[in-house]
Amino acid sequence: MIVFDQVAKRYPGGYTALAGVSFEIRHGELVVLSGHSGAGKSTLLKLIPVIERPTAGSVSINGQDVSRMPARAIPYLRRNLGLVLQESRLLFDRNVFDNVMLPLVITGHPPRDGARRVAAALERVGLAGRERELPAGLSGGEQQRVAIARAIVNRPSILIADEPTAHLDPDYAHEIAELFRSFNSAGVTVVISTHDATLFAASRPRRLVLHKGLLVEGGEA
Amino acid sequence: MSHWFYLHWRAFAQACSRLAGQPLGTLLSALVVGIALSLPAGGYLLIDNVAGLARGVSGAPEISVFMAQDASEAEVRAIATRLRAEPRLASHRFVPRDQALAQLERSGLGDVLGGLSANPLPDAYIVVPAGDEPELFEALAKEMRGWPKVAHVQLDSAWVERLHAMLGLGKSAVLVLAALLGLALVIVTFNTIRLQILTQRAEIGVSRLLGATDPFIRRPFYWFGGLQGLLGGLVALGTVWVVVEVLRAPVAGLAQTYGAVFHLAGPGWPEAGAILAFAVFLGWLGSAISVRRHLAGESIG
Repeated sequence: MIVFDQVAKRYPGGYTALAGVSFEIRHGELVVLSGHSGAGKSTLLKLIPVIERPTAGSVSINGQDVSRMPARAIPYLRRNLGLVLQESRLLFDRNVFDNVMLPLVITGHPPRDGARRVAAALERVGLAGRERELPAGLSGGEQQRVAIARAIVNRPSILIADEPTAHLDPDYAHEIAELFRSFNSAGVTVVISTHDATLFAASRPRRLVLHKGLLVEGGEA
Repeated sequence: MSHWFYLHWRAFAQACSRLAGQPLGTLLSALVVGIALSLPAGGYLLIDNVAGLARGVSGAPEISVFMAQDASEAEVRAIATRLRAEPRLASHRFVPRDQALAQLERSGLGDVLGGLSANPLPDAYIVVPAGDEPELFEALAKEMRGWPKVAHVQLDSAWVERLHAMLGLGKSAVLVLAALLGLALVIVTFNTIRLQILTQRAEIGVSRLLGATDPFIRRPFYWFGGLQGLLGGLVALGTVWVVVEVLRAPVAGLAQTYGAVFHLAGPGWPEAGAILAFAVFLGWLGSAISVRRHLAGESIG
């Protein structure tokens, strides 16, 4: 369970990205976070893996207050989360296999079992057999699929995606949205920020709407 | 533990890959490190060889023990017995007074000596201590002066002290040179790792987001610095070896003109090991400082 309790985030320049945001996300929920540009969606998502820390309030995951987590513990939290960012953030000098394998290398996974997991993750996102290709040779949608495969290869219980369809054509965007729906169907908690909430409308997700740092819709679980 | 080894093996492989991925840069860095290290390493060997050469040219330092004019044959033999029993001596030889007189006459002083009614020279022993430390010479001479019928003890301590002073000065100079060039090598590695961190910034950022710990991020850079140092150490050893081989024959010829037999010695296994270990340490130190400086404050995002 993810709990935001009166969370505020103010940046050093004085800009307030979030103000008094409270909500709960239960296990296995599909949550779509929407709002205009600058509403605070990315900031909110960054608080979950502690890429940012709140200036007030607390963020808890499964009962643990991560907003005050010591720096040395953060990597271990992130290993249990799947992160997909707006830009794929792939390593362009590594092939698809190495990119997807990276989280398993970090956790010291045995290479042979890791290779099996990578193959399974790539199959799940529809890129089976593309292991040796470099990211530069893939389309934008395929690159985002590689990023998703990288996010799920560690079998996280929570998947966080920040505008994963932002730079994609509508067809690709629907494919990616379908992928997230399928992960959620498998029991993974999925939190996605998007400009286009209609992509997920068919799954009847829970909607959280932000406006100028305030949660204006969906605050009650 | 196997997980720890796996992570180190992976970091080692990653560092090797980065070194191999930029062969020209790796070669240039190894040459810079190697040539800089070869100066103190060569200096150390030079001093070591000069000490040997000095001994070869001037002969081993000696102590002359002159007997009293009235010492009997038995008293002279008693001194020989004492010398044989002394464990701190390498050798000794007896120079009878008649032999000393004959040597003096051959040296061109025959006319002067012809005016004397009797041989004024005493029997003597020439003693070679088993070491060249000035303290040993002083201790032996002091002891011998107390022996019966020993009139005078003369030692080469001035020569020995000068030799030690020169070698000490040389060693200090080599140490200073090694410290200065070692600092330069740390700076070279520091800068190389800084550039590595800049080019790997994207990977570092992604790895952190995926749960990489600080040691995981830093480990390949430590290996990189150590391996670069090792390559530099090998270049230094090679450079010293080439220089020794080039100079071996001319130095042997020079020593021969002084009546000495001398072979210029290259670094042995202990010296080679010390040079490589020093080079690896400097590389690791440079990388550790650089990593601490350039990855500080990035542990969250």
